[in-house]
Amino acid sequence: MKDIREILEERILVLDGAMGTMLQRHKFTEEDFRGDRFKDWQVPLQGNNDLLSITQPETIKEIHRLYFEAGADIVETNTFSGTTIAMADYEMEELAYELNYQSAKIAKEVADEFTKAEPHKPRFVAGAIGPTNKTASMSPDVNDPGFRAISFEELKIAYKQQVEGLVDGGADILLVETIFDTLNAKAALFAIEEVKDERGIDIPIMVSGTITDASGRTLSGQTAEAFLISVSHIPMLSVGFNCALGAKQLTPHLEVLAQKAPFAVSAHPNAGLPNAFGEYDETPEQMADQIKEYLDKSLVNIVGGCCGTTPEHIKAIADLVKDYKPRSAKTIETI
Amino acid sequence: MKLSGLEPLIITPESNFINVGERTNVAGSRKFLRLIKEENYEEALTIARHQVEGGAQIIDINMDDGLIDGKEAMVKFLHLIVSEPDIARVPIMIDSSKWEIIEAGLQVVQGKCVVNSISLKEGEATFIKQARAIKRYGAAVIVMAFDEVGQADNYERRIEIAKRSYDVLVNEVNFPPEDIIFDLNIFPVATGMDEHRKNAIDFIEATRWVRNNLPHCSVSGGVSNVSFSFRGNNVVREAMHSVFLFHAIKAGMNIGIVNPAMLEVYDDIPKDLLEHVEDVILDRRADATERLLDFAETVKGTKKERTVDLSWREEPLQDRVTRALVKGIDQFIEEDVEEARQNVSKPIEVIEGHLMTGMNVVGDLFGSGKMFLPQVVKSARVMKKAVAYLLPFIEEDKGSVTESNGKILMATVKGDVHDIGKNIVSVVLGCNNYEIVDLGVMVPPEKIIQTAIDQQVDIIGLSGLITPSLDEMVYLAKEMERKNFKIPLLIGGATTSKAHTAVKIDPQYKNAVVHVNDASRAVTVVGDLLNKRNSGKYVGDLKDDYEKFREGFLKRTKQKEYLSIAEARKNKYKIDWSKSRIKVPNALGVTVIEDFELAKLIDYIDWTPFFRSWDLHGKYPGILTDEVVGEQATSLFKDAQELLNKVIDQKLLKAKAIYGLFEANTVNDDDIEIVHQDEIFTFRTLRQQLKKHAGKPNFALSDFIAPKESGLQDYMGCFCVTTGFGTQELAAQFEADHDDYNSIMIKALADRLAEAFAEFLHEKVRKEDWGYANNELLTNEELIKEEYEGIRPAPGYPACPDHLEKITIWELLQVKEAIGVELTESLAMWPAASVSGYYFGNREARYFGLGKIKEDQVEDFANRKNIDLEYAKKWLNPNIIEQ
Repeated sequence: MKDIREILEERILVLDGAMGTMLQRHKFTEEDFRGDRFKDWQVPLQGNNDLLSITQPETIKEIHRLYFEAGADIVETNTFSGTTIAMADYEMEELAYELNYQSAKIAKEVADEFTKAEPHKPRFVAGAIGPTNKTASMSPDVNDPGFRAISFEELKIAYKQQVEGLVDGGADILLVETIFDTLNAKAALFAIEEVKDERGIDIPIMVSGTITDASGRTLSGQTAEAFLISVSHIPMLSVGFNCALGAKQLTPHLEVLAQKAPFAVSAHPNAGLPNAFGEYDETPEQMADQIKEYLDKSLVNIVGGCCGTTPEHIKAIADLVKDYKPRSAKTIETI
Repeated sequence: MKLSGLEPLIITPESNFINVGERTNVAGSRKFLRLIKEENYEEALTIARHQVEGGAQIIDINMDDGLIDGKEAMVKFLHLIVSEPDIARVPIMIDSSKWEIIEAGLQVVQGKCVVNSISLKEGEATFIKQARAIKRYGAAVIVMAFDEVGQADNYERRIEIAKRSYDVLVNEVNFPPEDIIFDLNIFPVATGMDEHRKNAIDFIEATRWVRNNLPHCSVSGGVSNVSFSFRGNNVVREAMHSVFLFHAIKAGMNIGIVNPAMLEVYDDIPKDLLEHVEDVILDRRADATERLLDFAETVKGTKKERTVDLSWREEPLQDRVTRALVKGIDQFIEEDVEEARQNVSKPIEVIEGHLMTGMNVVGDLFGSGKMFLPQVVKSARVMKKAVAYLLPFIEEDKGSVTESNGKILMATVKGDVHDIGKNIVSVVLGCNNYEIVDLGVMVPPEKIIQTAIDQQVDIIGLSGLITPSLDEMVYLAKEMERKNFKIPLLIGGATTSKAHTAVKIDPQYKNAVVHVNDASRAVTVVGDLLNKRNSGKYVGDLKDDYEKFREGFLKRTKQKEYLSIAEARKNKYKIDWSKSRIKVPNALGVTVIEDFELAKLIDYIDWTPFFRSWDLHGKYPGILTDEVVGEQATSLFKDAQELLNKVIDQKLLKAKAIYGLFEANTVNDDDIEIVHQDEIFTFRTLRQQLKKHAGKPNFALSDFIAPKESGLQDYMGCFCVTTGFGTQELAAQFEADHDDYNSIMIKALADRLAEAFAEFLHEKVRKEDWGYANNELLTNEELIKEEYEGIRPAPGYPACPDHLEKITIWELLQVKEAIGVELTESLAMWPAASVSGYYFGNREARYFGLGKIKEDQVEDFANRKNIDLEYAKKWLNPNIIEQ
């Protein structure tokens, strides 16, 4: 299979869309989430989407399939909350490794089906590494700003386990995403570097932050450029932004990365901003229209969707990017 | 090299010298050491903040002291620093000789830091291991010129160690060379010992070699070391630092720890001193040290003088006029205007020519964000002075008429007394050549309508701060429609919003209604509205925009669910009265304070809202060094201090207060009964009705007072403070002197003093009169953040938006009779710089927002209060849910 770094030089790659939005369509019940294996689990499991990789693997595979059919080059594993830290909500810390292993494995099976059928367009699996539900830079207690609910060391250990599961399951890429606190991401990157070192492997890393609001900063307060500088010590395949904002609102922040990053640039925005009911209602055409601006300005190398996006959105994006050349990172000075 | 805090710091070969703050170093600052030992982190943080405000681009943090647990102190202090955006915006230098402290620091900072420092002191293996970890944490590193043999103290050893360190880092660790900073050891000169003579010049030459031979790296050092032997003679020390830096920077030193206060401008060093100092630094003579020592005796403590640069007075006339307007300098404006008048045929041409040319520059700069509001108001002051000077000449020369861009009526609506924002908008529009008809405050709608007709104004602008003013604005819009007005209506003031304007005002008037809440937008909006060619389209777009906004807004409000008042009462906040501590006040009854000393209030002032009232946004004191508005904020702050000092010295404002503490109990869920001199007074509180998540109560203020049926005697208080007497007279004086700047300033200051007085009085009541918090020790910052026990909600504010209860406070305390503060028909307080409210002392009492309430509570409220339902609706209108 051709190396993804080479392909990135040639064309813009398409990332898949939302997993959660697709899962909502199935309206899974508590029983569906539990399956046979966890029918007697001590706490409710409905909402533990990552668990569906074990209890409803055919559905997860079907969603991956729909995205590949829509034109995605890369799908993300169903592991956004796959750390012991996030799994603690369901008392499933013990299952963290297995969840990641299983999710990567089934995604890779689907990717291989497609690569075999269309060898000219190889498909990749990105192991999704979410931000966890705790933050290392901020105190959850406004009256005690010195307090931290989680330490770098704890994060690093949890991330390391997730990374091992993803790599063992067959992920081609690791994607640290939806970063609202750069320190959490630094712990994840630290863990990845340790795994790479210990196993003597080289696996491409994608890093994707989240600008949370109109202030143009991450939740932990960094500007786009400060975020870029804070993670640039790791050799990355790409750096980008996802979630929180729609494609339109993300443009100025992508421009910063496009100008300054000596790596590929990725974007997977939401389907617009949530409406009054908390739903995303940007249509595939509307979203593609916004993404066209990225392409006209030559801002990105990898593009896909986050919350609210569907295979229809990804198809609209995939149809669009065919006619464009990728952004070139070669002119960016590193020193 | 690229570093980051919350914001990036990028150091290129073209960058100026990077200044590292060093006061947050226990080894360098005795005060910081003491604070850390005492675990007074709050004050230690202010040292960090001062560093950043003082211009440090990186802050060095060091906790290496035998009596401190360095690792714990480092982590704790960094946790706190990253919670302060005005400090955390700069990158951090983690400074320790202990690796475990460095690593602990690296684990708690999200940005790209600098590690200070590592070296070959313990051999290559340790050096490599530490460098690898630093790389993985994503930090830059300072490498000391130190190896297994010892510290480099001459030229050869410095370059030998630097070269070896560099090769190991770049070739073996793959460390990015641009992230390496060498500290080549700055040692003292002029110590009297011969071997120290070359200390400075060796450093400088080694720096030059490193920068020329080790690509992309940086060179740093602690500068004050060099002048160590002249402790006590700051004139010489400052000169030595400047001379040393001058040569070291030329050689390539690009980062350094320097105390900016201990630095003389190189060009300002007297020639003779300079020569002596350079002899020492550059080791130019064998007797350099003796000669400098002798000379030093003669310059000890010489004072420096500063002069004002007046060279601009030599420039051509128009340039001088423009400069005076842009810089707000009124010192020479009359003579310049006189000179201009001599050059033109009609005096009016000076206004239309010279002055308007200058004001156009001001307008352009303001429009493009290069000037800020306080500057523009100062410009207006100069403009007014100039026009006042010209007026007699213009009147003499009858027959010349000025053409303004349009006539704008400005008024604060009936019942409302607040006019700072309105005055600012008036001044800014005035600067842009609009004629302003300012009707002042508490203007009845009939007068606004009649004046608009009589004077044929082009736009009406309404302002208000209190919620009843919103209804006045709606009423005025209806009246304008009824009278077939066509002119646009501008809406502004703290209580107004785009939502209220779109939903309530805009539908009442067929023509343009615009919500404008800052002065800079006012100019463009008015320009667009009065632009004859495009205004039709502009108004059409505006109407569409408000219509869309209205639809969206109404859609959104429908989603929320509300409880009936009975259900809400069932879900009240329940204090366990069997356990709750009720303190009997030390002094029950009413107390009056006549003529309180203003100086005592200074420490209680919360300056942040003061800047906001001038459209400068940011938190005090960080705003003083803000990249965008810092300079202006500092200058505004200085002017404010001057006026404040004058007010205090000359007792220009009068501070008075009245307050009382009373027996109180809650009755029938939502009412509080107070007994004073055998008479019963009842406060009606309002309860939240929004349906909450399970476990979250529906608050009313009455929940914080023990109910009568508990059998417990509880207490509450009421107060009114004012610092407003005198404001009106002062403002009038300033206005007579064409000084709108200070007229607005005095009102803004009076408002701040009133708030400060309320804060002061609340503290006094907590500690003394009521006495439940006599151990409380809080800084002003904590006071602003309301970190005390008990609350002081004010009628008209979120917890109790109903203004009607003020009437009860006035009756209970006899406010008007005792201190002269009155209530207007809209229940605003007069003078405006006054604050009134309640005191609740229970430790569980908290601030909350009432939010929207349902019709059933309005009816219930009207019944309880025995008032007409329509009357109740009028007062509670902003809080009633849309049906």
